Amino acid sequence: MIKAILIFNNHGKPRLIRFYQYFAEDMQQQIIRETFHLVSKRDDNVCNFLEGGSLIGGSDYKLIYRHYATLYFVFCVDSSESELGILDLIQVFVETLDKCFENVCELDLIFHMDKVHYILQEVVMGGMVLETNMNEIVAQVELQNRMEKSEVRTFLNSFL
Amino acid sequence: MALKIVKGSIDRMFDKNLQDLVRGIRNHKDDEAKYISTCIDEIKQELKQDNIAVKANAVCKLTYLQMLGYDVSWAAFNIVEVMSSSKFTYKRIGYLAASQCFHEGTDVIMLTTNQIRKDLSSPNQYDTGVALTGLSCFVTPDLARDLANDIMTLMSHTKPYIRKKAVLIMYKVFLKYPESLRPAFPRLKEKLEDPDPGVQSAAVNVICELARRNPKNYLSLAPLFFKLMTSSTNNWVLIKIIKLFGALTPLEPRLGKKLIEPLTNLIHSTSAMSLLYECVNTVIAVLISLSSGMPNHSASIQLCVQKLRILIEDSDQNLKYLGLLAMSKILKTHPKSVQSHKDLILQCLDDKDESIRLRALDLLYGMVSKKNLMEIVKKLMLHVDKAEGTTYRDELLTKIIDICSQSNFQYITNFEWYISILVELTRLEGTRHGHLIASQMLDVAIRVKAIRGFAVAQMATLLDNAHLLTGNTQRNGICEVLYAAAWICGEFSEHLEDPMQTLEAMLRPKVATLPGHIQAVYVQNAAKLFATVLRKHDGETESQAAQETSQLLIDRLPLFVQSANLEVQERASCILQLVKYIQKLQQKNVEVAEEVTALFAGELNPVAPKAQKKVPIPEGLDLDAWINEPPSESESEDEKPKAVFAKEEPKHSRSRHTEVDEKELARRREVRKQEQANNPFYIKASPSSQKVYDAPGVEHIPVVQIDLSVPLKVPGMPMSDQYLKLEVERRQKEKAERKKKEKKKKREKRGKERKADSGPESEEDITPAHQVDIVTEEMPENALPSDDDDKDPNDPHKALDIDLDKYVPYCRHLQFIHVLHIVYDIQGNHQDESKVVVSVIFENKSDSFLKSMEFNVLDSLNSKLQRPEGAGAHDSLTVPFQLPPGQDTHAFLFVSSVSVSIVAVCIDCFLMQSDESSTHEKLDFKLHFTCTSYLITTPCYSDAYAKLLESGDLKGSSLRLEGINMPFHHLLARICFHHHFSVVERIDSCASMYSRSIQGHHVCLLVKTTVSIDAKCDEPSLLGNVLDEIKQTFSKC
Repeated sequence: MIKAILIFNNHGKPRLIRFYQYFAEDMQQQIIRETFHLVSKRDDNVCNFLEGGSLIGGSDYKLIYRHYATLYFVFCVDSSESELGILDLIQVFVETLDKCFENVCELDLIFHMDKVHYILQEVVMGGMVLETNMNEIVAQVELQNRMEKSEVRTFLNSFL
Repeated sequence: MALKIVKGSIDRMFDKNLQDLVRGIRNHKDDEAKYISTCIDEIKQELKQDNIAVKANAVCKLTYLQMLGYDVSWAAFNIVEVMSSSKFTYKRIGYLAASQCFHEGTDVIMLTTNQIRKDLSSPNQYDTGVALTGLSCFVTPDLARDLANDIMTLMSHTKPYIRKKAVLIMYKVFLKYPESLRPAFPRLKEKLEDPDPGVQSAAVNVICELARRNPKNYLSLAPLFFKLMTSSTNNWVLIKIIKLFGALTPLEPRLGKKLIEPLTNLIHSTSAMSLLYECVNTVIAVLISLSSGMPNHSASIQLCVQKLRILIEDSDQNLKYLGLLAMSKILKTHPKSVQSHKDLILQCLDDKDESIRLRALDLLYGMVSKKNLMEIVKKLMLHVDKAEGTTYRDELLTKIIDICSQSNFQYITNFEWYISILVELTRLEGTRHGHLIASQMLDVAIRVKAIRGFAVAQMATLLDNAHLLTGNTQRNGICEVLYAAAWICGEFSEHLEDPMQTLEAMLRPKVATLPGHIQAVYVQNAAKLFATVLRKHDGETESQAAQETSQLLIDRLPLFVQSANLEVQERASCILQLVKYIQKLQQKNVEVAEEVTALFAGELNPVAPKAQKKVPIPEGLDLDAWINEPPSESESEDEKPKAVFAKEEPKHSRSRHTEVDEKELARRREVRKQEQANNPFYIKASPSSQKVYDAPGVEHIPVVQIDLSVPLKVPGMPMSDQYLKLEVERRQKEKAERKKKEKKKKREKRGKERKADSGPESEEDITPAHQVDIVTEEMPENALPSDDDDKDPNDPHKALDIDLDKYVPYCRHLQFIHVLHIVYDIQGNHQDESKVVVSVIFENKSDSFLKSMEFNVLDSLNSKLQRPEGAGAHDSLTVPFQLPPGQDTHAFLFVSSVSVSIVAVCIDCFLMQSDESSTHEKLDFKLHFTCTSYLITTPCYSDAYAKLLESGDLKGSSLRLEGINMPFHHLLARICFHHHFSVVERIDSCASMYSRSIQGHHVCLLVKTTVSIDAKCDEPSLLGNVLDEIKQTFSKC
């Protein structure tokens, strides 16, 4: 199971947070801070696994992260997930973002947090991996976007 | 009207959307909080408007603010409003917000049940998808109970996109509502073979999660998974299955034997590192489970270790890390194969990556043996000196101690060496683990009797050099060590060479700067030392030394009497009086040593940490029973029991007061004055004597700051390295001696049959340097061995520990001895409400192949089997599969039906005995269609419900259930689940429930906590049957 997915930038500013277990808002912020603190002091050439912080998880949990340019993608998972599998999954997620936003950058995530959530929802559901095939994910996201567009069009048409 | 809408939408154009909000926050970096609070005010205004588009926009912004840490739970109701919009765009926004901020404590969640049910059955698959995604994040026990049936239906949806999501969410439903696991399981199992790989993967995922917690219940699925493993090409699924096997093998060694081969093939063939790694992991798990029975798997072990070595040597840090992780698993059962890679692992201690260093340390823990312990610890000590950063150094320190103390000091051959290692560790700067070192010192000194002499000598030197440990305030973590040192010196003082010197060291004024609990130990043990000194000088007439000791104590103890710490003060004043008394006796030349030592006689034995818990409760003792009759309730309020004591107490004290007469008081006052006059530390009332420390100016004394950045070698302390050298020499000597002996033996044996050479030195050959008797910790008599000490009773997964192979109480069973086992379940069909679906599982119990089965159903007036088009009314239905022995498969039948009935079914089947011969058997059985099978869970609002009851069309009946003692909500849950009802409203002690039959008959129930059920229905026969079945359900439990 995945317990949480956090995306924050090099300064620890959250860009997307997705907890699959309930934490109150202040606790969530504390977890983000702690995770950022743990992850940010690591060089880029060390391993991508971290035995969990004190706030989130415990001995059974691991932080698995990747660092892309200005953003950290951190997954907190338990021992039923394969470490290398999750690393691949992060890669799939980022490549999907890249495809959906056409050359994704931090600004896309900043201004379209909702869209990023919708994409993530097609990858992970309730803490379990839903789909790992990028084409399938992109197809579902696009179908939903198309539906949204058609609804907006009918909404506007009703005034004309 | 149209104008209003247009006006609303124009308003909306001036509203801020999410992008504007983000931009605004970025432009107000200086007063972000203020800006956001104005935004929240705006959002509150927007939420008050009727336009759903405006509301959705506001909720979207709130979701963003939630990420920044703002509590948005106040808008929960508005979120529900947006969720229930008919437009997908808004619905999606609503569900996203809900999934981010709803949780079990959110009260509006109970308003969502019907909305979610509606969305789940929406014709638009994305409405359903969004509802499932949202629900997966905030499902509560109530929602799980109410929606379990709907989600189960979705598991056979036509669209794989929905099936996939429905399958995954079932895990969450199981967690919240464990009762749903049993009925849902057959369908879940069926999804393992779904044609869509995504659905298949989801099913594997869910079963893996379930099996991880309670593996034994899923062993029967092993053949199916085995088939999947050899056929699937999806790495993700393979990884999950292989991980699952890793959890299953410990329970079933035969499975492990079967797995080895395909797994080794995969290891050789795959190019995916993730898959390779998981394969290696599972092979290790298999080997661990086989380790006792199968010795011939050294090839597999070698393969694993080899592959792991490649991983560890890889430049990719991730692989290196995982390699070490897996290595530590092999280590537990096959330490020898790992030990040969010691060089590689020691190399990893130098890695720049802390995670890798820690992993390597973990490995070392398991790699030590009697032979290499000293060497490994020496390497670690070098790392301690080099280590940067206190956290890593502390980690090293704890690891060293862990390594040495593991399994009851099993690997330590020389305890003198260990003590000196501990002493060396006390010189670490800024460590937080002073207490850990201290407890080790105590442990060793208490339990290893042979070492006490040495330990005491070392501790005495430590006490003597205490200033080195406490000199620097930053290092005060380490002064805990003095606690142990003082206690050891005191308790085992008979081993001290010069107790007087140690006593002196323990009573230095500097001691007063130590923490209170350490001072207390100092004081107490000073008394023990005092006793020893007295004993030493026992027998000497007119012993000057003994009297000097008493004087020393009398001089120094007052310092402690003044301590702010109560414990110290109390002990010190007690001992001071004692010593004063002894001094008096000494002056009269009375022999006191004997009596003083008697104060501290007796030895303390170590007690196991769990001993107290393990004391068995004596027979006949009932801890829950009252010792005295409990007071009746009426009494307890009127009379205050405390008064009984309060009345008597004053009498006693008064009488005691009167005994002390005035003369006595005056005498005491005089004595106290005298004492105060003699006591230099007593601050007297007169101002003249207030300055105590004024004589020589303290500030003129030069204070030298000792720089302790370089680890000091405390004079007189042996270095642990010496022991290493000594040990090596000793072993060589022993080896040489042994060889000599062997030669002798061989010479003697000449002529007899030749024995094979004993080979390399084995573990047992190393004899310890000291004959050591390690005292084991005491346990109470009759203590029961138990393993359940560490189980967490609150684990939510415990509820899912359901044996799925055993009798399934909620499905109906039929068994034809030796041939066929049939389980069937009947549910209303959501898609076509005039039909019910019968799902049947056949399990072939015979040894032979079951070929071509046919269903013959006799249609009755009430029920009709749905046959393929063109088939006649009496044609049979061919079951579209064959059954190999031991396998089970499902079939679905659609039966259109009118009312409660029993359907007679007959199965014709051919049993293939062998290739040629086959037998034909005819099995008759009946499917019982209970009437609740015809009920469909249908939501009903309370106003509609009230109208229905008022209409007068319904006829009533009632039922009382006896002997039910379950919580009310469980009772409701059962009725909902087994009889397809939904709760309309629950008010305190009663709940109204509703369901509808597929023919549109209404059934209403009013259930009260007194377990009486009033029911109303427009079809009396249905009503009677439903009540009968409810009664039956509860008579089973």
